[in-house]
Amino acid sequence: MVKDQEFLEKKASYCLGLAKKLGATDSSVIVNNSVSETVNFRNKKLDESNRSDDLGISITTYIGKKKSSISSSNLLDDNLNILIEKCVETTKNTPEDEFNSLPDKDLLAKEVKDLDLYDDTHIENDQKIDYLKKLESAASNDKKIVNTESSFTQNKSNFILANSEGFCAGYKTSSFTASSVTVAKDEKSMERDYEYSSKCFLKDLDDAGELGKQAADQTIRKLSPKKIGSEKIAIIFDKRIAKGILSTFASAISSSAISRGTSFLKDKVNQKIFSDTINVLDKPDILKGLGSRNFDSEGVKTDTLKLVDQGILKHYLIDTYNGKKLNLKSNGRCGGTSNLYFENGNISFKDLLNSKSKSLYITETIGHGSNIVTGDYSVGATGFLVENGEFKYPINEITIAGNFKDMFKNITLANDLEFKYSTNSPTMMIEGMVVAGK
Amino acid sequence: MSNFFEKSDLSRSEAENIISDTLQKCDDGELYLENSKSESILLDDNKIKNSSYNSDLGFGFRAISDEVVAYSHSNEISKNSLKQSSENLKSTLKSVKGTYNHEIPKSNKKYYENINPIEQKSLNEKIKILNEVNNYLRSKDDSIKQVTANFLGEQKSVEIIRSGGETLTDVRPLIRFNVSVMLEKNGRKETGVYGVGGRQSYDSYLKDDNWKSVCDEALRIASVNLESKPAPAGEMKVVLGPGWPAILIHEAVGHGLEGDFNRKKTSAFHNLMGLKVASEGVTIVDDGTIDNRRGSLTIDDEGTPTEKTVLIENGILKNFMQDRLNARLMKTKSTGSGRRENYRHIVLPRMRNTMMLSGNQTQDEMIKAVDKGIFAVSFGGGQVDITSGKFVFNCTEAYEIVNGKIGSPIKGATLIGDGPSILKEVSMVGNDMMMDPGIGTCGKAGQGVPVGVAQPSILINKMTVGGTKL
Repeated sequence: MVKDQEFLEKKASYCLGLAKKLGATDSSVIVNNSVSETVNFRNKKLDESNRSDDLGISITTYIGKKKSSISSSNLLDDNLNILIEKCVETTKNTPEDEFNSLPDKDLLAKEVKDLDLYDDTHIENDQKIDYLKKLESAASNDKKIVNTESSFTQNKSNFILANSEGFCAGYKTSSFTASSVTVAKDEKSMERDYEYSSKCFLKDLDDAGELGKQAADQTIRKLSPKKIGSEKIAIIFDKRIAKGILSTFASAISSSAISRGTSFLKDKVNQKIFSDTINVLDKPDILKGLGSRNFDSEGVKTDTLKLVDQGILKHYLIDTYNGKKLNLKSNGRCGGTSNLYFENGNISFKDLLNSKSKSLYITETIGHGSNIVTGDYSVGATGFLVENGEFKYPINEITIAGNFKDMFKNITLANDLEFKYSTNSPTMMIEGMVVAGK
Repeated sequence: MSNFFEKSDLSRSEAENIISDTLQKCDDGELYLENSKSESILLDDNKIKNSSYNSDLGFGFRAISDEVVAYSHSNEISKNSLKQSSENLKSTLKSVKGTYNHEIPKSNKKYYENINPIEQKSLNEKIKILNEVNNYLRSKDDSIKQVTANFLGEQKSVEIIRSGGETLTDVRPLIRFNVSVMLEKNGRKETGVYGVGGRQSYDSYLKDDNWKSVCDEALRIASVNLESKPAPAGEMKVVLGPGWPAILIHEAVGHGLEGDFNRKKTSAFHNLMGLKVASEGVTIVDDGTIDNRRGSLTIDDEGTPTEKTVLIENGILKNFMQDRLNARLMKTKSTGSGRRENYRHIVLPRMRNTMMLSGNQTQDEMIKAVDKGIFAVSFGGGQVDITSGKFVFNCTEAYEIVNGKIGSPIKGATLIGDGPSILKEVSMVGNDMMMDPGIGTCGKAGQGVPVGVAQPSILINKMTVGGTKL
């Protein structure tokens, strides 16, 4: 059982009290507990069970403009005594930074809305096993599938965030996650692909059979890939890859990258960075949303932000420290975005595929090829050649490259947005990128 | 050494009884206890941005029956908590009928000292060096717009208690020192990053103003990149410099030679044992026994002493890297490669220091042999799809080669290749093997562990360079 609010609050207030007694002028603390139970299957047999019970505490103490922090998984009082003493001592010896402070009191969240983020249902390992049996049986239907691995995790978490300004709030969240990874083989090649579903509520989870079948279909269609020549070609990003481009955009507008001057989007607020049709929202109050929250990791309330309006950048993602540095107020984005998404475009998936006589449909990228300082992008990719709206054959061992400054201006979005992750995008086409192959 | 039972209502003998009771009729398993202390001190944007300290304590209890692994971990070292974990393991492994394998090799060799690097240097001294780094770099070059430098230090104490009470312990120090600079000139920005580290005190790496050479290297890389041109796109010859570029070996063949993927037959290498997978002259080892290296371990996280494992010898595939589970199922022995990020994670077969050994050619000969290609000197990260065998890595310092001569620097680009065939494309192996500076972290199944790599200069006949210039 995940620890209750009372236990976490008691620990939090103990820490705040002790920090004050030892000479901290301000302090904040996060206490959390997370209990997960996972069952893994491989080739229709039980492979692994894993139970984890994680406690954690992190404390930041301030003495004027000096700051330091500690964290620990050992919540026994005598350990906390040693650590908080060490933290206050380190704070004294750390140089001042004029921008260090707790958030402004009037920005702190006043109420905690019930966003429907906790499902009390407990699923026993035997039920997880039933789900995985059904999943793996669907996944291994086709003879070309030579290995299946699948997993089911139930997670229940609880946390309290408190600070010496009197803020003290937290709430439980839950998640149920199922995944299927399949390997397919033919004479020429061996390929792997996956499918995944994660929900706050057990009853919303995808059907086991469909999940397994989808993973298998996506793997089999990758068999016997070809390598193509190097050329400039329109790239269509599957939704699971398109969301990564949105995440890179989010890192490039984080107030830390902006204040340090290490982002290609510095000084671009109120300028056009996407084409007219593009809108980006960050909406924290979606019921059952995977990224939903009432306040950020400093306790600042989070409202919906239209980050990009008709192609124009409207906001950075601002926390307290970097906000003060930039002379801007925190907009509750310490720790990043909540439910971030591109609004739907006005063309169907089918029409998007049809819009060019030849394009590349990308289903997987590998490598860490996004540079937010320069905007350069270059990654390894796997996908399909599309001709006149039809998937012709699978492709691999190619790279795709461009620069985000140009790529953002050449985005066309389909109207097939789904809320499958916390960051989501419809299918995306970008013109003018370079493919390197043979 | 930590005494894990000192402040607990659980005594060592009670723990031993619960372990032996839980693991009877299991094939393998152990209680893994871990106490780690770590610090991070960061200078950024002219200020000490962060000074933080972490203390982490917990256990992971593992029971293995045939292929099935049951695992349970917790932060609370108490009677209740261990009993709950035991119940959890028993409920997964309902009907076990194995024989516990008590055999575990012994060794007295140690590859690092029992020190706590965090305590060996005061906070004030560390802050002083970071400020000196900032001042040194900013006074060197007007175009420096950002300097980030940080210290990361850790001491990890582990204790492994096996069925029957056999106990194995290790204390592992680890430090890292990193510098990153950003330059801006004529509206263009570029970064350079460099670092050093390993399993010794901070001073072993930083004495006599050694930190200046780390700063100089980061600045040099950034300066080169400021002059870089768009990279070419397409297949061409690639010369790799010695040292850190060996992450190519790590990604291209290392992961594919880990025991688990080969037992499951999901690695592109699973049916190639004893066959030729690389050009003659290519020998690759994975070595956990080099003194004080980042990837070295006295014992692995199952208690097996580490060793120098020959993976590929003169082009022929000789061994996979094994933990106890995969070794037993593949009827071979553990190579001391069973590792985990910490007590929260199960053990997986992992790399330690992966090295391609020297041949007898020179880098000069390689450059001269290339009409059109690139010379790659430094890399960011890499990644591999072990099933299809395709791997990538990202250049952070590279040059074009034109008619046997090194030309202008080129922008960061991704290189992509095919693991099982790339080593057959190696046509020259240099005489200049070098270890990396001690900064690598390898990720697998969500677990990061410190690793090392090494290689001499090599010439690869054909790789795809992911630039933008057609």
